[in-house]
Amino acid sequence: MNKERLLQMYYEMVLIRRLEERGAELYQAGKIGGFMHLYIGQEAVSTGLIAAREPRDRLITAYRDHGVAINAGISANEVMAELLGKVTGISKGRGGSMHMASVEKNMWGGHAIVGGHLPIAAGLALGDQYAGNDNVTICMFGDGATNIGYFHEALNLAKTWNLRVLWVCENNQYGMGTTVERASAVSEIRQKADGYGMGSERVDGMDVLAVYEASQKAIDSVRTRSEPYLLEIVTYRFRGHSMGDPERYRTQGEVKKWQANDPIAIFRKKLTARKAATHKALDEIDARAEMEVEKAIEFAEASPEPELDDLFKDVYVEEV
Amino acid sequence: MARITIREAISQALWEEMERDPSVFILGEEVGVWGGTYAVTKGFYDHFGAERVRDTPIAENAILGSAIGAALVGQRPIAELMTINFAFSAMDYIVNQAPKLRYMFGGQFRVPLVIRAVGGGGRQLGATHSQTPDAIFAHFPGLKVVSPGTPEDAKGLLKSAIRSDDPVLFIEHATMYQVRGEVPEGEYLIPIGKSKIQRQGSDVTIVAYSKGLELSLKAAEELAGEGIEAEIVDLRTLRPLDMQPVIESFQKTNRAVVVEEGWKSYGVGSEVAARIYEQAFDYVDAPVVRVAQKEVPLPYNRALEQAALPQVTDVVAAVKEVLR
Repeated sequence: MNKERLLQMYYEMVLIRRLEERGAELYQAGKIGGFMHLYIGQEAVSTGLIAAREPRDRLITAYRDHGVAINAGISANEVMAELLGKVTGISKGRGGSMHMASVEKNMWGGHAIVGGHLPIAAGLALGDQYAGNDNVTICMFGDGATNIGYFHEALNLAKTWNLRVLWVCENNQYGMGTTVERASAVSEIRQKADGYGMGSERVDGMDVLAVYEASQKAIDSVRTRSEPYLLEIVTYRFRGHSMGDPERYRTQGEVKKWQANDPIAIFRKKLTARKAATHKALDEIDARAEMEVEKAIEFAEASPEPELDDLFKDVYVEEV
Repeated sequence: MARITIREAISQALWEEMERDPSVFILGEEVGVWGGTYAVTKGFYDHFGAERVRDTPIAENAILGSAIGAALVGQRPIAELMTINFAFSAMDYIVNQAPKLRYMFGGQFRVPLVIRAVGGGGRQLGATHSQTPDAIFAHFPGLKVVSPGTPEDAKGLLKSAIRSDDPVLFIEHATMYQVRGEVPEGEYLIPIGKSKIQRQGSDVTIVAYSKGLELSLKAAEELAGEGIEAEIVDLRTLRPLDMQPVIESFQKTNRAVVVEEGWKSYGVGSEVAARIYEQAFDYVDAPVVRVAQKEVPLPYNRALEQAALPQVTDVVAAVKEVLR
């Protein structure tokens, strides 16, 4: 991978981190409503994964979607404005934190019913298969989603119909506050692919380059073999499940241990060791990301609220 | 005009739309090799092939979820639920996904999806297989709910549903596939969201749809023998609900009966009655009477089942009550 792309990945990871840190402050200040699930700690997963896709490959994810939105190419302005419920938000202020999507960027949401988007992902791939192209649908979900029926119906259908879906389980160790071990019959999610005769791999989700390499291989396999594949990417969220999580289910020691494994710090070390960038150059990127976030906040704050007259708009395509 | 059954009308609509538009395909349980459990898609598999008439696993979430996904990227899937009772296994897609995706993502998405589902009691299938839960689905903005009662409407409405860019739940009645009626020759469409006067009369307004229409037409014949002329308004679409023909008829007759096969509580009759009171209170000469299913899970035994389902005699009695 060339230096420019490596630094772009680093920039996106820092941008996601800063955007969410500032987002958390705005949430505490009452400027963001509803539920907000932070991606902090997991940035290497979507960054490495999405760097490996072609623009024609479709993305769909769950409600922890800010990072995916940024990596998909949705601007920080549009993400921040959506968080603030503004009409300039990527979903025009209709969706909020959990529902970011952009048809233009081939990002199909942002879905808040656990597991509900997995059969829809199979359908995106079905639509492509029906159209006769070899686009890949990349479907991300948490470990918690692998215990619900949707997961099993979707994996079974995808394999039976040879649909080009890359299933990506972001195993962040907890479904809300319940550990994988307490909720899943097998603790290696990867094993669940075996029951569907599907290839699978388990990857370190704190190393963005490992994620990138595994994703590239997996996407290529899905495309050329015309069959689904399951990637389990092991990661950890540094913040609570959502804002206002008392975190009684884990110790500060455990969180600290994982924070020592910060994906941004790891990537930074690799970049400097490879002489892809100096510390100074990376500091400059950090500052650029910070500025981008501050600009996004200004943009979102200055943006208009949706018109109340538009309340009934887009319930249907056709007027009723 | 040709005289055909509702089964043939639905089959023709599907066939014609698949011939017209290659993005239309069917998926569901036993729709292909078997030919459809109600034989609606008999012959389709051989003609259109396995890609366009897709047999699925018995997995309603996979059927409806994948249909929504394919619709999002520009295909026009028709997903068949073998019975509407199985809709509950995939309720999320019918009420929580398909109707919301466009609105929730700021108008970026279209979900041109048709869900065909067979509902209704009267076939001794027991409580879990005999329901008429139409009203539940009509509760949700973003979904269109259509339920025809004649071959002409079944064909014209299904063709409109397939061409609609919005998700449509198309509810057929299990005991009405053999109902015959006149259908126009050649291509025609019937718009979704328009009620229709199916019988003219001046003494009382009967509002009905689907099986309720069949019961009401028979009741009207009986009542005509006694000199009572009922006007029958067929809703045809439950959402969006077109009340205009109902209100116009009611302003003429000042008395109304609403007939549905589902349970009375929180039902179609409740909605129609409320809207009559809201929109035509000054014209009310008698309380609106609702004819509906008794509030029990449908039993297997034929006599018990029929006792729970609304009958022609119930409609006749209701009309006499509002005329008293």
